[in-house]
Amino acid sequence: MKSLRKQVDKIKPHFEKGGRLYMFHSFFDAVEALVFVPDTVTQKGSHIRDGADMKRVMIVVWIALIPALLFGIYNIGLQHYLSIGEEVGFRQLIWFGFLKLLPLLVVSYVVGLGIEIIFAQIRHHEVNEGYFVTGLLIPLIVPIDVPLWQLVIAIVFAVIIGKEVFGGTGMNILNPALTARAFLFFSYPGWMSGDSVWIEGLVNGEGIVDGFSGATPLAQAAAHEIDSMPSVMGMFIGTIPGSVGETSTLAILIGAAILIFTGIGSWKIIVSVFLGGYGMGLLLNAFPVNPYLALPAHYHLVMGGFAFGAVFMATDPVTGTQTETGKWIYGLLIGILAILIRVLNPAFPEGMMLAILFMNVFAPLIDHYIVEANIRRRLKRAKSS
Amino acid sequence: MSKQIKLKKGLNIRILGKADKILIPEERPGRYAIKPVDFPGLVPKLCIKPGDPVKAGSSLFFDKYRPEIKYASPVSGVVHDVVRGERRKILEVVIEAKGDDFEQFGKADPTGVDRDGVKEKLLQSGLWPAIRQRPYHIVADMTETPKAVFVSGFDTSPHGLDLDFIIDHLPVKHFNTGLAILGKLTDGSVHLSLSKNTTSPVLKSSKGVEIHTFSGPHPAGNVGIQIHHIDPVNKGEAVWYVNLQDVVAIGRLFNDGIYSPEKIIALSGSEVRKPRYYRTRTGACITSIVRDNINGTNNRYISGNVLTGQKIASDGFLGYYDSSICVIPEGNYHEFFGWISPGFKKYSYSRSFVSWMLPGKQFKFDTNLHGGQRAFVVTGEYERVLPMDIYPMQLLKAILVEDIDLMEKLGIYEIAEEDFALCEFICSSKIEIQSIVRKGLDLMVKEMS
Repeated sequence: MKSLRKQVDKIKPHFEKGGRLYMFHSFFDAVEALVFVPDTVTQKGSHIRDGADMKRVMIVVWIALIPALLFGIYNIGLQHYLSIGEEVGFRQLIWFGFLKLLPLLVVSYVVGLGIEIIFAQIRHHEVNEGYFVTGLLIPLIVPIDVPLWQLVIAIVFAVIIGKEVFGGTGMNILNPALTARAFLFFSYPGWMSGDSVWIEGLVNGEGIVDGFSGATPLAQAAAHEIDSMPSVMGMFIGTIPGSVGETSTLAILIGAAILIFTGIGSWKIIVSVFLGGYGMGLLLNAFPVNPYLALPAHYHLVMGGFAFGAVFMATDPVTGTQTETGKWIYGLLIGILAILIRVLNPAFPEGMMLAILFMNVFAPLIDHYIVEANIRRRLKRAKSS
Repeated sequence: MSKQIKLKKGLNIRILGKADKILIPEERPGRYAIKPVDFPGLVPKLCIKPGDPVKAGSSLFFDKYRPEIKYASPVSGVVHDVVRGERRKILEVVIEAKGDDFEQFGKADPTGVDRDGVKEKLLQSGLWPAIRQRPYHIVADMTETPKAVFVSGFDTSPHGLDLDFIIDHLPVKHFNTGLAILGKLTDGSVHLSLSKNTTSPVLKSSKGVEIHTFSGPHPAGNVGIQIHHIDPVNKGEAVWYVNLQDVVAIGRLFNDGIYSPEKIIALSGSEVRKPRYYRTRTGACITSIVRDNINGTNNRYISGNVLTGQKIASDGFLGYYDSSICVIPEGNYHEFFGWISPGFKKYSYSRSFVSWMLPGKQFKFDTNLHGGQRAFVVTGEYERVLPMDIYPMQLLKAILVEDIDLMEKLGIYEIAEEDFALCEFICSSKIEIQSIVRKGLDLMVKEMS
């Protein structure tokens, strides 16, 4: 460690102003700060500071994503071999899934972080950690067979138009990962919906077992094929077709537990999204004019991207509401809208992405009314005294 | 009548090095200094030059914009130096102590003086700056009459002073006179806030005041939090407040006719071998107090507590409003993959380090920032440590965009830097929140005058 530090100190001058590698200084600073926490000491204000910084916050979210990531890798392999009717060992399943997911991860991080570093250099800022999590989220919310060039374009769009034009992490209005997904969804709908994109190899259609359908439970429900849907337990465990990380509600709930326990994710948002979704499901049950409307409310919570969105997307503190009361309203509305779009709008099989993006836009408005109430309380107090 | 106020929000930082209840009788260092920088917004005009003899209570400088407010020497002796910084800004007026002479301001019975008489005497003696006001957290405006006066009788800050212990070693007579004098300054009440753990009979049986009992973690002991829960400041109103030990100094001025800012201070922090209490005076040089009592050399000396104090040199001076000196290690080291380490020794309010599993462990804090500055990202952090009906992040953003109207609506009149110190401590974006608050307060002073 000490010798490494010495080496770093030795090459550091090249990256400082006037050094011949100055053009890469943001990259160097980012790597240095990653390996060594800076020796910066407090100058003004509080002399002591909490041990947690933005990197720590982000790594906790990252750790919370690991169960969903691992299950996603397993499920890629599982679904693939199911579709071609082969039985293989657990190791081979994992290895297959890992090899298929790796390109998505590499593309996501290389492209996203590259843009972050360029913008940090232009702005003379430190490289922000925001993409650290976004970079993992994006591969987890797309179909495994998404073409890499589409992914690159979506990430460039999401990071630049979705985030950097507003000033970078902390200033963006829309969740960057969902912006990337929405871009893909509306630009290349053929690759983002339908029955064949969720399982590796199904698009090519080679060697597929006769009669195998790659339809997600959402698609089956929308087609009113309730009987052919997987069991609730199957959907909860996650051995179903879907976007890479979204299928296993169980793995996502483990992540939720980590976020809530560490205090990094807002339990209010997570709980209220589930409450809103469940409530809306019950309400629809009251008008069972078709089989989808009659679908038991708890099905909605384990289908599609609902749980993943509730735990990892809605809880983004930057794009969500900032007031504590606002978080309840925000979460409830996301849950309600997601189910509403899902069941009643024939154009979109899944409503979670649109519900969250929609509420991202409305979060400042919710906060505005909460803060206005505080202002009115203060004015009233002034008048009464 | 006493009120019980229970606060839940806040945080008691488990920091190592609280002072033992042992009082070192008399610590009289050779030098003292009054630092104009301790008084936000003050533009000092000197009344002395180096070499002039002074007595305790002689004016050293006054406020350019409020010339009635004088700042006095805490001891008798000779003006040693006027230390200036950039653009000749006066940083310290240093007095070489000699003898024990006091300016005589005349004794007065609190029952026999009226409000103007009290103000006149406090201004003359240089004791006025001990009285501060909300809004703005600055030296009180003597032309106003506050709706109430507040005194906090307990300290919840890290390494907090044991005010029960301190008040038992100060003259009760002066304390009671001081409270009576404060009562003269307002048409409303004098509010004395105590902790539910307060034991001191002196504090509990104080006369002529409204006693309030608080429970809860830091910042419950901050006078600003107490004001907010007892009688909040609205636009156009003002309340005044005085530190507990300064109440004694005010009492002495009226009982004995002299300015004698005696103080009991705590020396604390993880690098202090024997953390104890010392009897000294405002502005004391800390050299003789810390001598042979400190481990290591790479340390930070702080006048005040670790959340709100000022960084001083190892031969620096105690700040005007401060009653403690803290010595903690500097944190100027590189930590290898610190953000990913399990963190047994690192304290965090979030439970993102393994150290949460060690309840009751006292942590050794250093001055490392533990990260780099970022934009506001995490929400809901500040609210958990600010027991006020105020939206901290929204208010901070209003200050950053200098929206006077919005700052006013969101409660800028009620706050001070110290109330937001815990927000700064826990901020994962490492934003200098206290500086932002001060900037907002300074802006309001400028805008409203």
